[in-house]
This record gives sequence, structure tokens and C-alpha cells, in this order.
Amino acid sequence: MPVYIGKRLLVAIPTLLIISIFVFSLQKLLPGDPILAMAGEERDPAVLELLREKYRLNDPIPVQYVTWIGGVLTGDLGISLRTNQPVTELIAQKLPVTIQLAIMSMIFAFVIGVPMGILAAVKKNTVLDYVASLVALSGLSVPNFWLGIMLILLVSVNLGWLPASGFESIFVDPVRSLQTMIMPSFVLGTALAATLMRHTRSAMLGVLSADYIRTARAKGLSPRDVILSHSFRNALLPVITLTALLFGELLAGAVLTEQIFTIPGFGKLIVDAVFNRDYAVVQGVVMCTAVGFILMNLIADILYVLLNPRLRASL
Amino acid sequence: MTAEPILSVRNLTTAFRADGGWKPVVRNVSFDVSAGETLAIVGESGSGKSVTSLSIMRLLAEGSSRIEGEVILNGRNLLALSEKEMRAVRGNEVSMIFQEPMTSLNPIFTIGRQISEVLTRHKGMTATQARAETIRMLERVRIPNANTRFDEYPHQFSGGMRQRVMIAMALASRPKLLIADEPTTALDVTIQGQILDLIKELQDEEGMAVLFITHDMGVVAEIADRTVVMFRGDAVETGPTSEIFHHGEHPYTRALLSAVPKLGSMEGRTAPLRFPVVDTKTGISVAPVESKGTVSTQQPILEVKNLVTRFPVRSGLFSRQTGAIHAVENVSFDLRQGETLSLVGESGCGKSTTGRSIMRLIEPTSGEIQLDGYNVRGLGSMELQRMRKSIQMIFQDPFSSLNPRMNVGQAIAEPFLKHRLGNRAEAREKAAYLLDRVGLSGDIMGRFPHEFSGGQRQRIAIARALSLDPKVIVADESVSALDVSIKAQVCNLLLDLQESLDLAFLFISHDMAVVERVSHRVAVMYLGEIVEIGPRAAVFENPQHPYTKKLMAAVPVPDPARRGIRRGISNDELKSPVRPVGFKPPVRQYREVSDGHLVQVA
Repeated sequence: MPVYIGKRLLVAIPTLLIISIFVFSLQKLLPGDPILAMAGEERDPAVLELLREKYRLNDPIPVQYVTWIGGVLTGDLGISLRTNQPVTELIAQKLPVTIQLAIMSMIFAFVIGVPMGILAAVKKNTVLDYVASLVALSGLSVPNFWLGIMLILLVSVNLGWLPASGFESIFVDPVRSLQTMIMPSFVLGTALAATLMRHTRSAMLGVLSADYIRTARAKGLSPRDVILSHSFRNALLPVITLTALLFGELLAGAVLTEQIFTIPGFGKLIVDAVFNRDYAVVQGVVMCTAVGFILMNLIADILYVLLNPRLRASL
Repeated sequence: MTAEPILSVRNLTTAFRADGGWKPVVRNVSFDVSAGETLAIVGESGSGKSVTSLSIMRLLAEGSSRIEGEVILNGRNLLALSEKEMRAVRGNEVSMIFQEPMTSLNPIFTIGRQISEVLTRHKGMTATQARAETIRMLERVRIPNANTRFDEYPHQFSGGMRQRVMIAMALASRPKLLIADEPTTALDVTIQGQILDLIKELQDEEGMAVLFITHDMGVVAEIADRTVVMFRGDAVETGPTSEIFHHGEHPYTRALLSAVPKLGSMEGRTAPLRFPVVDTKTGISVAPVESKGTVSTQQPILEVKNLVTRFPVRSGLFSRQTGAIHAVENVSFDLRQGETLSLVGESGCGKSTTGRSIMRLIEPTSGEIQLDGYNVRGLGSMELQRMRKSIQMIFQDPFSSLNPRMNVGQAIAEPFLKHRLGNRAEAREKAAYLLDRVGLSGDIMGRFPHEFSGGQRQRIAIARALSLDPKVIVADESVSALDVSIKAQVCNLLLDLQESLDLAFLFISHDMAVVERVSHRVAVMYLGEIVEIGPRAAVFENPQHPYTKKLMAAVPVPDPARRGIRRGISNDELKSPVRPVGFKPPVRQYREVSDGHLVQVA
């Protein structure tokens, strides 16, 4: 196992390097000057020059990159051009918010998507299967923001059950925190649930026609044992890999959802940073996201191996 | 035979839903099986033999199948039971083992769990009791170190061992009836011998009834007291096995039996012999024709010297090479025009790798290959393309070796066009000619592979291989997947083509009886090496190497007089050809037994 994890971490290094170069150059290629954005009404060339000097924007680009990546490696992501706060501090503030949103969305996605997928596979080509597919298709085609707005209108404005927006840390007021997060995570979760449902269904269909399922039935096991124990545990394997990939979709979806529900998370941070040409923040957030994504996939791969005796032995 | 039957099947008719109607695939089948008795259901693919067994167990998909008639087990009609009652029968009173030991066990559960599940489900045992009983069962099916292997997963077992696990699982609840659906078909012949022995022994001890489903007449002769012959959904003949074999009445029974190659039937002959062809409707037999002397006396068309092919095995953090699979080790032979040299051996012996290495579909590690004037190992990619005109291949699976999106004409014409041997019109003409040669009509060219049966597809694959007028054809298990009667026809076709086109065949097969029928010379391979090579008559009638003898002794012979034989084959598994880095293969010595008959001595 340590060899396997070591191998995967080694592979992650060049990936992260490539991402860092990509993120860094993209910033430089984008139109717009961060100093102008930052200076506001101030147009005195001397002042602008001074600012450029201060943020080392006059150095050759490779030097800027090396300085930045050196900082990243030592845990210093630079200073926000906008708020003058260290980027690490900003991330530390916003990250837990998005993590909470991500976890809650994933729970929604799993609770809705997986049982629906199993049911659709077991009741293949029946009304139930068609209904599940229809629901999944609508889940995929209804835009997040529309669903979000509709939910706010219905649940918050008309029924008044849940707050329409805002955020409270789960450590400060757990109940209030969950209340504010239910709708956004449901909105995010349903989109993922649809994908999960489709994949669970096809994975289950593949497994249900396997020879060993016939063996299990020939043993006289109950449908419950055959489906949940013998079939689902096998079908879970591809679903795990998919879940890690869905994490990317989740982060993309979070950008919009956080805007709608005005949640001060990662998504909002990056949107604001992009508008303000706040290079350091954008770079920091993107790098952080990339690390998170790679980590998620690593965890998924490890889980996959742990659940699959065949691979476990080869470690 | 007077004993009360355990299982009594009456007028069983199973239909599948197709195109809005019900299409019967098993019609009015009736038979009995008594305690301690083995009844074989024999037939070719599509005969309904497996559907019969699944109908008894009621394992067919409910919505799309309909079972009628009576299946009486110990006085109870299984077809009248509720699904819940039926579940208490499955795996308890009736157990089943299947054809594919590699896929019939759940890969993510330990074999111990999968066996003890039966005991906790049906016998109400606790986990501890079930574990003890499971270990006892594993010992009974002769799995060494049962105690430690309890916690291992299916992939840690070989095919033969997995089939033992399946048997242990089936017998754990002491069923009254065991249904064995082609339990040895996917196994190597020596392993097949072990499993057949085991089933017979356990049957003697337990006194259960066995319903044995197979397509292999040799296996039937060895194991069955009585036999049901099925043909396209009908049971055409039922009777004691020796009656069926010696006095089969139905034309299909006779056709089936005459198509079965019988090891040892070629004694006293030198040239290959065609299979007799019996009309399945009339039962009229056409006497087999011996192949004319086709072997050229000129320089061999293919000479292989000291061929070695190894595959590296890598592991660790930086994927360092930690060993190598010595798939082909120091193999030498030659092949003349008009000659068939067979490579025989069990899975993993390197016979297929040898065939592919010669064509450079796999890059050999060392050795010399001279083919039709080409020094094969020294060829650049352009010359390699040209070389492949001289050597073509026919594969095992006629279903996956034809592109489903190419019609028959395109498939056959493609090599011809790619090698720029002529224009489209000429290619079409050639394809029509070749289809005619392989016994199909030229007007099927516009049709697609899925419209054809396995045997027809293999004929199409043969026509495709012939489209470049090759001199050598590598036939890699080309008839192994075919039904007996189709196999006989395709073998006859190959012999016809050899006679008329002067083809040289490198015939790769695990089937000793077919090899005996079609070869001029035979090479027996074991762990990547040729252990014995020589004229067919010499190798088969005077085998010298212990492995050749073991292989031949393991082949089931379709002769009911051999019923009840025990081979007493040890529980050996096939050895692995993986060697550590730096392994020096021993230098082999060969002894010449007679003219051209060489055997490895050290």
C-alpha cells in the first residue's frame, strides 16, 4: 500500500507543476491590469509604478513564476492585491464553508442517486425505471440557478421554512448552519445525483447479468442479499471513481450556487478575485482546488483498491 | 433403475418472449434421475440443454420466459412453488455448478464466505459452525491448506481450484440433486480429468443424483449412466449411455457421434483423415476420405530456430523488472508446403505465443525465423507488411474476429485492397471466389456477420485469411469454439483447402483428438518448450515424454466401456513459466526415437 500511495503522489507532482504554470500564464495573458483595477481613480504613473514595484510585477515573467511557486511551496500564497490580506488567510476562512457545502451536496447526491440507480436497474424496463430516468434527465437539464431561485421563492419566500441566504459556521450555530446550507446543497446535489443514478444503474445492470450473480441466486439467497450484498458491492467500484470526478463538477457548480445563496465560500472568492484581477487570490484558489481534486481522486483510487481484493493483493 | 426417481421432469416446455410472441426453445422434454445415478444431457449449442437446467432451477428471467410441464423433485412440483419456497430449494435440495469457474464466483468475497453463506442460509448454522463445516468441505474437494485458504479471494485460485470451490459450495448443503452445467468445458484436459474424478467420488460417497450437461461425447461416455440427446429443443433420444453410443436410433445421434473425434482412431494411418459426414435428417453416412499426399519434399516454407519470447514482469515503486514470463523458450521446428504441424499443450504452454511470434504480432526476444524467403526478425515495417501476404491467421472466436460493421464482402476484400493486389472489381470477384471455396455462396457478400452462425463465420474468417493467397496459415484454436458437427465440417474444409491450395498449416490446439485427425506432424509444448515433436503416428502411438503420456491419458474417449474409470491423476496444477531476473534456462537435450521423432530427455 505505501508503494502504491507513493507512486500516486509522485505522479501528482508533475500534474500540479503543469497546472501551476498553466494558471500562472493564463493570468498574464488575460487583458486588464491589476494595478489599474486596484488603484481605482488614482492614475498617477509614479504611484502606479511604485505599486508595480511593490508587487514585483516588473520582474521578468519566469522570475515572477519562480518567486510565486517558491512561496507556494513554503505555504505563502502571496498577498491579495485587493484586501491586502494574505491569500492563505482568505482561503482558510472560505475553505471550510465550501467543504461543508461539498459534503452536504455529496450526501444528497448519494442518498438520492444511488438507491434510484439500484432500483432502476433491478426494475429494468418497467415504469419505475422510466420514471427514474425521467427524473434523472430533468435533474441534469434543469439549470442549478433556476432550481435555486425557485426553491428560494417557494421554501423561503412563500413558506418561510428556511432562510433564503446567508451563512453560519457549523461550529458556532450548528442548527442555523444546517438550515442555511440545506437548500444550496440540495440544488448542487440533485445535479450530481442524476449522473450518479445513471452510472449506478448501468454498473448494476452489468453486475446483475454476471455469472456470479446467477451463482448467488442458485444458492437460494434472498433478492435482498443478491442485490445489496452480492451485486451492489461490485457495482460500487466504478461509482467511486465517478464520485471523485464529480467533485470537479461540484466545485464548478458551487461557484454559481454560492452566488445565488450568497454563501461566502470558495466560489464567491474566486469570482470576486477574477473580476478584480486579483492575481494572487485566483492563483491560490485554483492551486488549492487542484490539490483538492487530486487528493479526492487519490482517495477514490485508494478506496477502489481497498474494496477490490484483486488489486489489494497486487499492492 | 427401479429406484424411485429423485427428479422427474415431465413435458417440460420453456419459451422465451420474442417479437411479441412466445418462442419455445425446449419442447416436451421428459426424463427421470434416480439417487446415485448420473444422467447426461448432451447436445450442441442452441439445443436447449442449458435452458432445461435453468428451467428446473427456475433461474430464467421471469418476465421474458415461460416454463410449462412438471418438474417433480421428491414428489413436489417445483413449478408450482412460490418464489419464496423455491429459494429454499435452490442451493439446498438442488445445487448447481456452472461452466465458467473464472466468473462464477463473486470476486469481492472470500471463497469461505461464499461457501458458508449456503450453510447459514439453509442449515441455520452460526458463522463459527459454518466455518468449520466449510473447511471440511474444502478438504473434501481436495483443496490443500483449506484452513488458510478459507479467507482467500477467488482470484487467488486457478481455474481448476475454483471449480473445486464451486463444487464444495454446491455440495455444502448435501443436495439430493446436483446439476452440473458444462462443469469442465472451460478447463484444461488434465484438470478436467481431476474434476470428473472428484464428481464421481463425491457422488459415490453422498449418493446424490447428478444431472450432467455437456456437449462433449467423451465426457458423457465416462460419466453418464443414461443419456438424453437434445437437438434444437427436442429430446430426440433417451437411453442407457452404451445403448445410445452403440445403437443410436435417431439420425442426429448418429451424426453427432460420427463427428466426434476419437483419440486413438487413427492407428495405422499416416495421412490426415476427414471426418465422416452424416446427414442429421436421414442418418446416411458418407465415408471419410483420407487426405492425399500433400507434403512437399522441397525446402521448408517456414523454419523456426531457437525462438524465444519473454514478457517482463514489473513491480515496485519504479516498476523495475523483477522477472519474466518465459512464454516461448528455445522452440525450433520447420514446416513444409502442404503440411500440417500441430502445436498442442494446455493453457499457458506458449503455443499461441509461438504462433504470434512467428508473425511478429508479438515481438520475439531472440531466435531465427525464415518464412518464404523472408528473414522475419530482420524486416522493417514495410517489408513486414509484405511478408504477411505469405502468412495469415485464423482465430478462435468467430464472433469477435469479424468486424460487426463490415459486411462479408468488405471483410474479405479488405486485405486484398490494402495490399494493392487489384482494384475493387477484382477484389469483389476474389471474395466471391473465396466464399465459394469455403462452401458459402457468393451472394451473401452484402450481409453482415451477425446474420451468420458460428460455423459460417469461421468459414468467412477462413476466406478472409485466404484473400492474400498465403502459403502458411496459423490456425490458433480455430475449431475449438465450434460445435462438434461444425468442427468436423470446418476441419474437412481445411483439409480440402490444403489439398487444392498446397497450404501449410500451423495448427494450434489443445484438443488432442482433433490434432490426431488433421496433422502430419505434432509438437507437444509444456511451459514454453517443445517436449516432444515428430510425425503424428509416432507421437500418438509411441509417446515418450511423461507429459505427452499424461496429456493423452487425460483425454476423455467417447467409449462407454470406459465408464467409471478413475485416472488417479494427482492434484497438480499447471506450473507457471515466470522466472526471476537472470534465470538461465537449462540447455535441453533431445533424443531421436525414430525418424524425425524427437523427445526432450533433460
